Amino acid sequence: MIRYVATKLWQSALTLALATVVVFIGVRMLPGDPALAMAGEDASPAQLEAMREQLGLNASMPVQFLTFLGNLLRGDLGTSTRTGTPVAELIATTLPVTLWLSAYAIVVAVVVGILFGVIAERFRGRWPEWFTNGFALIGLSVPNFWLGILAILYLAVTLGWFPASGYVDVLSDPLRGLYYLTLPAVILGTSLAAVIMRQTRASMIETMSTDYVRTAKAKGLSGGRVLMRYGLRNSLIVVVTIVGLQLGGLISGAVVTERIFALPGFGKLTLDAVFTRDYPVIEAVVLVITLSYIVINLSVDILYSVINPRIRIGGSN
Amino acid sequence: MPQDVKINENNSTQRSEQPLLEVRDLEVSFGDGPVLHGVNFTLKRGERVAIVGQSGSGKSTTVGAILGLLPGNGRVSAGSMTLDGQDLGAASEQQLRQIRGHRIGLVPQDPMSNLNPVMKVGAQIADALAANGHHGRDNIRQRAVALMTEAGIPDAARRYNQFPHEFSGGMRQRVLIAISLAGEPDLLIADEPTSALDVTVQRQILDHLQTLVDARGTSLLFITHDLGLAADRTDRIIVMADGRIVEVGTPEEILFRPQQDYTRQLVAAAPSLLATVSGTETVALEAVEPVAGTDTILEVRGLVKEFSLRSQGGTFRAVDNVSFSVARGTTTAVVGESGSGKTTVARIILGLEQATSGEALIDGKSITSSTGQVRRALRRKVQPVFQDPYGSLDPTYSIERLIDEPLRVFKVGDAASRRARVALLLDQVALPRNVAQRRPNELSGGQRQRVAIARALALEPEMLICDEAVSALDVLVQDQILDLLAELQDGLGLSYLFITHDLAVVRQIAHQVVVMKSGMVVEDGSVEKVFMAPEADYTKELLGAIPGAAFAR
Repeated sequence: MIRYVATKLWQSALTLALATVVVFIGVRMLPGDPALAMAGEDASPAQLEAMREQLGLNASMPVQFLTFLGNLLRGDLGTSTRTGTPVAELIATTLPVTLWLSAYAIVVAVVVGILFGVIAERFRGRWPEWFTNGFALIGLSVPNFWLGILAILYLAVTLGWFPASGYVDVLSDPLRGLYYLTLPAVILGTSLAAVIMRQTRASMIETMSTDYVRTAKAKGLSGGRVLMRYGLRNSLIVVVTIVGLQLGGLISGAVVTERIFALPGFGKLTLDAVFTRDYPVIEAVVLVITLSYIVINLSVDILYSVINPRIRIGGSN
Repeated sequence: MPQDVKINENNSTQRSEQPLLEVRDLEVSFGDGPVLHGVNFTLKRGERVAIVGQSGSGKSTTVGAILGLLPGNGRVSAGSMTLDGQDLGAASEQQLRQIRGHRIGLVPQDPMSNLNPVMKVGAQIADALAANGHHGRDNIRQRAVALMTEAGIPDAARRYNQFPHEFSGGMRQRVLIAISLAGEPDLLIADEPTSALDVTVQRQILDHLQTLVDARGTSLLFITHDLGLAADRTDRIIVMADGRIVEVGTPEEILFRPQQDYTRQLVAAAPSLLATVSGTETVALEAVEPVAGTDTILEVRGLVKEFSLRSQGGTFRAVDNVSFSVARGTTTAVVGESGSGKTTVARIILGLEQATSGEALIDGKSITSSTGQVRRALRRKVQPVFQDPYGSLDPTYSIERLIDEPLRVFKVGDAASRRARVALLLDQVALPRNVAQRRPNELSGGQRQRVAIARALALEPEMLICDEAVSALDVLVQDQILDLLAELQDGLGLSYLFITHDLAVVRQIAHQVVVMKSGMVVEDGSVEKVFMAPEADYTKELLGAIPGAAFAR
């Protein structure tokens, strides 16, 4: 197990290093000039040149890269070319918003998805299954920006149940904080819930017809116990794998959702940075996203081995 | 769901004489068509009854109906089942839950698939105890450990906390037996409880199960495809075919005075009954006299195969200094239980595995040390037929494509000649030519195995390596395939290396036999000699474990 994690960590470091290079080059290949964006459309050539000098854009690419890398290794993410704020500070203020939103969305998606999946399996061929299948179809096919707009229109504006936008720090005021995040989290979690529901349903159908479930019934166990300890427990192995693969999509979803609900999160920071060609911020943001992908995948691998004892022991046949 | 309430009421008045289980005119349907037709039988207290039949005969469906656990859309469409006067067909799910485990215990068929892989075995036994009225964590744990010990699991207290994948097949079956006895049932249904296990393990487990059942006075309903096993273990045998009861009788009646043709066929084909028949039964032996006894097609010399163990380091010797030879036109069987290394030997000869040392010579040329063209030519001479006719045929290919695959690989002939060759091969394995355009899933297990044989014959090999080639088949089908192999040997002068765990099959088809255990050859010689005068203790043990010995005359 330790060796396994060590290997994974080494692979992760490699991925991160590659991502650094790709991001650095990718950002500079974007059309547009950060100096122009900073100095404004009607700046004189001399002003532009000065701005480039100030931003360190006049040096050759390799030199720029080495400077960037050196700073990065010292833990210095640079300063935003747009606002002059240290990038680390920008990330520190915006990342928690996104993390709370994503975590909330995952909880909603897992609870709704597994519940609906189990319902769909239990009531095959009857209306609860049609209902949950319909939910999954909508969740997968309707884009969440549109769902978000509808939710704001009806649930927030017309009915007034939820705030239409805004953010309250969850740590300083948990109740209000979660209340403000509920609508965005539900919208963000919808497609994930749909995927989880379908996966749970499919793997429940499979496990509930296995021999060991039949044997469990033959022991005289109650239906609930058979369902939870024999059916669901085994189904979750597949579900966790799929969820792990889907979590990446959650991050890009968060960018859009934050935009709609005007949340001061990581997504907003990303978009603003891209529009203004704020190289240091873009680079830092992409690195953080890469890092989060890696962390998510690593956690899923570990969680997987916790659920599935055959992997936990390792190397058994 | 019609129920026969009258029987229920009548019987409850005369409790002492009534049978424990009474099945009357039972009909079970899946969708529209019934698959069980008017099944009638009774089981008295303390009685042991076997239901014998091939796959699809309805024996497992009968069990499912009794337990109220029919798969999919199966339902009891007519007739009744009463347990001690209680109508099982009319019982609610709630009532059935009281009956399952508590009144009727089930020992299921496949120990590999019947335990929850993500739950500790102890917890799975504890579950059954809790469902049957045991209370208290410590109390349940103690009882579970006692049950495991009783079922013959050593070091039960420690193994309580292990997961199923840490148990061997035999040990898992013992866990399942412990589970089935947890509720101290009046009736134990054992559904092919040992078909997946090696013979010696099978015998230990059945002996043990019998002791437990006898000690408790539990009635036993024993489901099996093996007549010999049924005769050994029960008082009465019910023979089923196509969802009907064909014949009922004591083991002696069924084996020595079968009334129905079908039963007679079964008795004739039962390999375990043939295996112990002495000198008189030599059909297979006479059929193929060694064509040219001195000409050796295959020679294995000092073969060793070591696997390195990743977890502990070090190596594991799967094959240990194995030597034997096969004369052209004859059949040599390699017998052993799982883990004996017999399949690894076959894989090395086929060139699918590298030997650590030693060599295998085909027609005097070493396949283990050859490379390139020579190796290809040698591989052409030796073709495999594998165990699982379901897994070894690509389901997306047509039969024609499957059979002419080797011809394509070796670029033999053109499309037209290959097509003609396939038709010829289908004739040889006695399949109609029109199966060529079908897919494997449209064929039965026996037909698929014929396809596998046709494919193996496509390159006109000199030798077939049959790795458990008939183990997955029903006895009657198994018999037919063995006949086919014998005919092909006569006609084409083929040599066979027959890898099997089934001594009975050896007796039927082989001339020479090599007995393997733990990677080593413990005995070899002619079938006659090994069966009549076994020298090694292990061989004696194997022979003794064949069921039905008492009935073979």
